[in-house]
Amino acid sequence: MKVLVPVKRVIDYNVKVRVKADQSGVDLANVKMSMNPFDEIAVEQAIRLKEAGQVTEIVVVSIGVEKSQETLRNALAMGADRAILVKAVDNVEDDVEPLTVAKILKGIVDEEQPGLVIMGKQAIDNDMNATGQMLSALMGWSQGTFASGLELTDGSATVTREVDGGLQVIKIPTPCVLTVDLRLNEPRYASLPNIMKAKKKPLEVKEPGDYGASVEKRLTIVKVEEPPARKAGVMVGSVEELVEKLKTEAGVL
Amino acid sequence: MAVLLLAEHDNATLNDATAKTVTAAAQMGGDIHVLCAGSDCGAVAAEAAKLSGVTKVLCAKDPAYGHDLAEPLADLIVSLAGDYDHIVASATTSGKNVMPRVAALLDCMVISDISGVHSADTFERPIYAGNAMATVQSTDAKKIITVRGASFDVAAMDGSAAVEEIGAVANPGLSEWVEDKVVESNRPELTSAKIVISGGRGMGSAENFELVDKVADKLGAAVGASRAAVDSGYAPNDYQVGQTGKVVAPELYIAVGISGAIQHLAGMKDSKVIVAINKDEEAPIFQVADYGLVADLFDALPKLESAL
Ligand SMILES: Cc1cc2nc3c(=O)[nH]c(=O)nc-3n(C[C@H](O)[C@H](O)[C@H](O)COP(=O)(O)OP(=O)(O)OC[C@H]3O[C@@H](n4cnc5c(N)ncnc54)[C@H](O)[C@@H]3O)c2cc1C
Ligand SMILES: Nc1ncnc2c1ncn2[C@@H]1O[C@H](COP(=O)(O)O)[C@@H](O)[C@H]1O
Repeated sequence: MKVLVPVKRVIDYNVKVRVKADQSGVDLANVKMSMNPFDEIAVEQAIRLKEAGQVTEIVVVSIGVEKSQETLRNALAMGADRAILVKAVDNVEDDVEPLTVAKILKGIVDEEQPGLVIMGKQAIDNDMNATGQMLSALMGWSQGTFASGLELTDGSATVTREVDGGLQVIKIPTPCVLTVDLRLNEPRYASLPNIMKAKKKPLEVKEPGDYGASVEKRLTIVKVEEPPARKAGVMVGSVEELVEKLKTEAGVL
Repeated sequence: MAVLLLAEHDNATLNDATAKTVTAAAQMGGDIHVLCAGSDCGAVAAEAAKLSGVTKVLCAKDPAYGHDLAEPLADLIVSLAGDYDHIVASATTSGKNVMPRVAALLDCMVISDISGVHSADTFERPIYAGNAMATVQSTDAKKIITVRGASFDVAAMDGSAAVEEIGAVANPGLSEWVEDKVVESNRPELTSAKIVISGGRGMGSAENFELVDKVADKLGAAVGASRAAVDSGYAPNDYQVGQTGKVVAPELYIAVGISGAIQHLAGMKDSKVIVAINKDEEAPIFQVADYGLVADLFDALPKLESAL
């Protein structure tokens, strides 16, 4: 079985985000970019399935700027077999909306016919948490979202999902879309020899039009602002002082 | 103009998140119709009918809707969508699961996790773990939205809408529920509690987490955790507060042994009063705390318990 893993290039999760003075967005020029952390978990899961003999080929795909190639090479170095870059925008600050991403991914799925799509539950830049569910809808497939456990048997996936009340286990037929949560696995680091090897792995460059899709925006950004700052607090010297202040000053006890 | 609002419930009681989502829906304009879909949700529908501002409750009883499975629920919502300009749900794991599916089926974008309503088509939502607030205007014919509960108050229960039973649509048969692993607890729910106390990696073990539990019992508080505490097995997954966990905004949030990574702050920095207890005076959590105490938690928590 072939697995498709969409990976997004996003601002590194350790970088402090700066809102631009003209309120048009967040400053992404010259900041460190990395693979979306959830997507690393998705790639790792695909590799583990391949190591377990349940998967034969791992195709990674990224939709965005030319530089997303770096993210794809990183996935190849982790252990994916081949990559597709869909060049959809020229400016890194032009985020491609989940609906557009899902439509492009549908084109790729139609062509590649994977038995499984594994993706992140959420991109840590736009925090949409939508693309996997959207792709699943467009394909008319089942969705196993927020997965922290996965068991594949012939023709079906048993997925443990992280939900508000605890965990939910569902069984869905393959092909399906899975979106992964943080606790599914711990992604490996790419070793130096594998980074070298990844340079020779195939990476195709495509355009949205190749999949009959176009990049549209349904949401216009009116402005992007800093969140309201909290006013400075005080340090207290003891538990007694803390309780006293919470009772009298803050009035919350 | 009308809003279709998906109720969240466990077939017995209506989730607080729904009452908050009603408040957001009221700001979008038009009638509010609540959809209660479940295996046996008559009681919940009756409760939803009391929500202030709700003009009608649609009640769809069918086993297919018993476990919040996205595929049958999305098909039901899409079958009703024609009459509505807005389709909204709470930004809970259930709402986040189903609403993007609904949006894609209707060829619309989803507007996830809104924290404010500016007008019928313009909304505010946090991005980059709440480090930026985006105001977005939708050009879609229908606005498909999930609502961040922590940003809206609960609607009053002074209404009396009519409840209309509606039929189920064909089950696409794409998913099968196997089991729920739910931790039963007598504590208030994390996202609706007035006081939340959360433990981090500093707790050191699941056994030590009892120190947090004891203070929570004294305060009638809900218990939360950082991702590190959950990953280490000190606390169950549904305790996680943060960018990718739950978002809370209680009157009082107490962070114990939590460093204050942006991903954690994303889930609690809108709390009214924040207390941080940490042995490292440099811990970033102190930058958002109203009251900071530099102390060893193994000393401070028992003291706190007895001082309350
Ligand atoms: C994609 C992504 C999503 C994430 N989502 C979330 C999320 O939703 N929620 C979340 O919380 N995190 C999230 N994280 C993780 C986040 O980046 C941090 O790693 C995490 O919050 C750290 O948890 P912590 O503060 O408990 O642990 P640490 O950072 O290890 O901090 C432990 C703290 O405990 C203090 N301490 C230790 N012993 C004691 C003692 N005896 N007494 C007092 N203080 C003590 C230390 O001084 C330290 O400050 C996410 C990360 C990524 C990459
Ligand atoms: N531009 C993109 N290229 C590749 N994958 C993407 C892209 N955008 C989103 N995804 C995938 O969809 C997941 C959820 O993203 P989102 O819906 O934007 O929160 C991510 O974790 C990725 O797996």
